[in-house]
Amino acid sequence: MSLRVEVVTPDRPVYRADAKMVIARGVVGELGILPHHVPLVTELRIAPLRVIKEEGNDELAVHGGFLEVDGERLIVLAETAEQPNEIDVARAQEAYERAQETLRSPEADEAARAEAQRALQRAEVRLRVAGAQHHSA
Amino acid sequence: MANNTREMRLRIRSVQNTQQITRAMQMVASAKLHRSQERATASRPYTDEMTAVISTITQRTQGLSDPLLTPREVERVGYLLITSDQGLAGAYNANLSTAFLNDVRARDLQDPVVFVVGKKGVEFLRHRGMEPVSTVVDLPDYPSFHDVSEIAEQAVQLFLDHAYDALYLVYSKFVNTLVQRPTIQPLLPLTDLPQQQGGHGPKAEILYEPSAEEVLAALLPRYARTLIFNAVLEAKASEQAARMVAMKNATDNAQELIEQLQLQYNKARQAAITTQIVEISGGAEALRAMQQ
Repeated sequence: MSLRVEVVTPDRPVYRADAKMVIARGVVGELGILPHHVPLVTELRIAPLRVIKEEGNDELAVHGGFLEVDGERLIVLAETAEQPNEIDVARAQEAYERAQETLRSPEADEAARAEAQRALQRAEVRLRVAGAQHHSA
Repeated sequence: MANNTREMRLRIRSVQNTQQITRAMQMVASAKLHRSQERATASRPYTDEMTAVISTITQRTQGLSDPLLTPREVERVGYLLITSDQGLAGAYNANLSTAFLNDVRARDLQDPVVFVVGKKGVEFLRHRGMEPVSTVVDLPDYPSFHDVSEIAEQAVQLFLDHAYDALYLVYSKFVNTLVQRPTIQPLLPLTDLPQQQGGHGPKAEILYEPSAEEVLAALLPRYARTLIFNAVLEAKASEQAARMVAMKNATDNAQELIEQLQLQYNKARQAAITTQIVEISGGAEALRAMQQ
């Protein structure tokens, strides 16, 4: 018995696999979801989504969105989700540095800070997920 | 006479060149139409899943309310007008502009808040002395969600900020390759949420984190943005279809023109030859008469 995992974005379905367990970060806390989990819908934070399969694990960068599980199927709805090989590392690195600069600058107002904070999170998740692939490769 | 046939040959050549271009554009539009439709299909699962989650929440949880669901007295109206960047698509943009203007007149609106996608719409509005609040131009042929997410977010946010009390999408619905229908679609407030029969999965109680209300409040703006994105994808398919048909008509017209010109040319050429023969045989006849 396994979980059918699907990650979909407005542009296209990004990922599909059968998993033993899925680890995600919901707004309330970290979730480890096994097959036969009770039906659940949760909002997600910007974080890596880890999919543990019979053979090997996958990691995806999921930039917020929702996770829905009904016991057999697990669906992640995200406006942006990327597999490691789809991530532009140079761009993420650039975004990371730019966001840090904004956060350091004294002129940045509240809104700019909040936006930079989110950009920083997205870049961090991208770099982490992309990095994981480099190690295993 | 010789001069005239030369000009006609040049004219035929020129129409043939134009025809070559319109035929190429027709084929390009046809290929792009295919890909546009594929893109629209690829975004379907996201929309469907989101629709399913929303309808499950609204069905199973009583007394939910959300600003995006609540109709209010309409004082100001917002429009999101989706046009194309390029012309050469027949009446595609003109039909949209007309539909938009008619709707504005029918509602007797003084100054609606207008968002525009596509250069043609921007030009049209400015020509009418209206200034769009926000525009997106030079969209790629196959836009990704992020190409339109900003304007979509703004359109939803301004509704929440009471800049307008209703938001309409104006875009071209893709009925089939030959028919694209300009449509005015009410988007906000989200009054007619799709109702799915039964939904999927077991009927057990669903756990919402943090709560059903909060999940719904987070879902609805995303849902509205998705609807806007889907409208853009559909409009792109319509645009390519309109262009394909327009270019096919142009190619056919060129063909007709070429055939007419060719006929005229042949007649003129024939007449010239006949005249020459008459002149020669007349001359020969005169010579013979002189010799006798």
